[in-house]
Amino acid sequence: MDLIEVFLTAGFWAAMIRIACPLILGTLGELICERAGVLNLGIEGIMTAGAMAGWMWVYQGGDLWGGVTFAAFVGASLGLIHAGFTVYLGLSQHVAGIGLTMFASAMSFFTFRMMLPSSTTPPKIQGFQQVKIPGVSDLPFFGDAFLNHTPMTYATFLAVPVVMYVLYRTPLGLAVRMAGENPVAVEAQGIDVLAVRCGAVMAGSALMAIGGAYLTMSAFDAFYFGMINGRGWICVALVIFASWRPGKALLGALLFAGLDALQVRAQQFAGGAIPYQFFLMLPYVLSIAAMVVMARRARYPKALLVPYRRGERH
Amino acid sequence: MALEIRGITKRFGALVANDAISLSVAEGEILALLGENGAGKTTLMNILFGHYVADEGEMLVDGRALPPGDTGAAIAAGVGMVHQHFALADNMTVLENITLGTERLWSWRSDTAAARARIVEMAEAYGLTVDPDRRVEELSIGERQRVEILKALYRDARILILDEPTSVLTPQESDRLFDTLKAMVARGLSIIFITHKLHEILRVSDRVAVLRRGAVVGTVATRDADRESLAEMMVGRKVARPRAEHLEPGRPVIELDAVSVAGPRGGNPVLDRVSLTVREREIVGLAGVAGNGQSALAALLSGTLAPSAGTVSLDGEPVRRFTAREFITRRVGRIPEDRHATGVVGDLTVWENLISERLRETPLWRWRWIIDFAACKAYARRLVEQFDIRVAGIDGATRLMSGGNMQKLILARVLDRSPRFILASQPIRGLDEGAIAAVHQRLLDAKRDGAGVLVISEDLDEILAIADRVVVIHAGRTSPSLDIGDADARRLGLMMAGDLQHGAGAMAS
Repeated sequence: MDLIEVFLTAGFWAAMIRIACPLILGTLGELICERAGVLNLGIEGIMTAGAMAGWMWVYQGGDLWGGVTFAAFVGASLGLIHAGFTVYLGLSQHVAGIGLTMFASAMSFFTFRMMLPSSTTPPKIQGFQQVKIPGVSDLPFFGDAFLNHTPMTYATFLAVPVVMYVLYRTPLGLAVRMAGENPVAVEAQGIDVLAVRCGAVMAGSALMAIGGAYLTMSAFDAFYFGMINGRGWICVALVIFASWRPGKALLGALLFAGLDALQVRAQQFAGGAIPYQFFLMLPYVLSIAAMVVMARRARYPKALLVPYRRGERH
Repeated sequence: MALEIRGITKRFGALVANDAISLSVAEGEILALLGENGAGKTTLMNILFGHYVADEGEMLVDGRALPPGDTGAAIAAGVGMVHQHFALADNMTVLENITLGTERLWSWRSDTAAARARIVEMAEAYGLTVDPDRRVEELSIGERQRVEILKALYRDARILILDEPTSVLTPQESDRLFDTLKAMVARGLSIIFITHKLHEILRVSDRVAVLRRGAVVGTVATRDADRESLAEMMVGRKVARPRAEHLEPGRPVIELDAVSVAGPRGGNPVLDRVSLTVREREIVGLAGVAGNGQSALAALLSGTLAPSAGTVSLDGEPVRRFTAREFITRRVGRIPEDRHATGVVGDLTVWENLISERLRETPLWRWRWIIDFAACKAYARRLVEQFDIRVAGIDGATRLMSGGNMQKLILARVLDRSPRFILASQPIRGLDEGAIAAVHQRLLDAKRDGAGVLVISEDLDEILAIADRVVVIHAGRTSPSLDIGDADARRLGLMMAGDLQHGAGAMAS
């Protein structure tokens, strides 16, 4: 099996789509927060909490979409904590974010242990199943690769144009983008900057949590310790790679996922000669390289990381 | 009355920024709000516009009380504000900047076509031409200001506040702005015009309210006012600015020969083949609208930026190393544009800032490595006395000083070294009349003592008052130098707008 053959298998493309989904959701979520001027390094913890919340809802007998909603609720709540510290109190966004990641991850593992004190193998749930779209899903190759996925996968890809539309075509999106560029301009037009930022952080955090829930509900069907495994940090990098644009974010997430799917397969045909860790490392190395190239032209939101305080002399 | 302000008081800690201020503006009237920096003009307008909440007092628009601290309510009541530092998002379009907040936030679409049509229509009605689909960062400063005015008009403002609107404009752009303002009051709008420039007040306003130290010291009809009486009301006493005397210039102290500084990433050069000479015993003024290369030129002459082409010579000798130390050792004095950012270290003490350009010099340092505290403090005390710097003590943090005293500290540091060349960037920006007179007198004294001075200023009055020659900078290029006798505000204004040869042609004729 060589490289060309890998690209010709439907399985490779299907895997890329699966791996990309949590990254797409997380990146969109982070992008919304940053567009409003707030860096959210709580993402790693929020994704963990979302994964845990979605899994728990279903494990306790709830239905699947209820689980997604619950994960979003947990994410938005954690977002509210982050917004409380960074937007309303104007504290360091880095420190608050890292703190939130530690808190949310630890809380998720703690809850999991409380529920299942003695289990060694994580119990499985019945997650989202693949849905065939009549007619097209049976197409050879193309159907298997792109049109034989779970409802959550389709919803994820639908989220990209929705976020684009809201950010670029609605008054609300304009307010969010402006809050990240120049909060004084927003205030001067009679809009509450803090409310806009807080709302954006909560909405973004809800999307991140759904990204986490994708892993437990549409990929692994179980919750493990450390299952987010740095995906949140990748999303933070992807936002920069994407120059804060949702379309490029989708592209970046697919690119990274493609490299990830490729390295697993590359391990199989070159595993003897080169240690497999080398392949594990590849997607990260290549994404750093891509970021260096892309970020040079990036136009970051001017008010990113700058807290806005009302009534202060500026 | 379109607007009434009654007994507004606002304190920031111990500072009383507004002290029981009462004012009113009628329909179709231009009220000028005159006062020095720190008199409380901007604070008052920020209270009116809901950015700050007053500690006491109330505001009425058309007889109805305005809720405090609510910008949305102020806009709804018909109050519009053009901020001195524009409240615009640079990398968004004019249309986006204007329409933000005009539609319900929770609606599924924006009606951009209708908004665009309305903006174009309003722009034509008031002579505020600007393309709604361009990004703000591509616009000139004058155009940005038009966007700010359009923003207010788009919200149906009846009372328009302009905070120091001409500080960033060329004289011609200012004229155009005044025409727009006249057109607006003719349609029944009321305008509050904040400024500290007397001639503008006499030209456009109907009434003048003068603020001093947070309180209204008087309101007069403009037709009953003149320059001198207004100046005295504003400052509280008679202040005469020092006058320049012409001296015979000596040898060149600094020469720039076709100096260029490349722009970022291959863009237009920041400085484009600039040639400039400053001689002993003369003051050269560099006029220009902000952002035309002055900052790069200042950095170059402080040694913090190296040119990409051309030569800079100090006392006839070319400079090879562009470092701050090289320039300090060769007796270049630097009065930077932004005192707080690059002039002093705010958290260090007054004496530390005073010795900061004399590192490792005896007798302030022992064996070049150890600070001699006693010697340093004695030195600092001498300068504080000699330059009349008002401080609580030389051990206090420098950031606590007033702007005028901070500028005196910087002057003391520069002048005590008997500099050959003094670079003064915006030396009187943000200072009150008393401090302006002191700063100008020191520069004139330095000139008499043999130094060459380059004054970079956006304030034409300053240049016309103290310079012997004037050079205009536009888009990184400099004009031929013009004797001050041949220069006036109108001609310099045309040159500042880009017609750099205008002065040369006039001289030849």
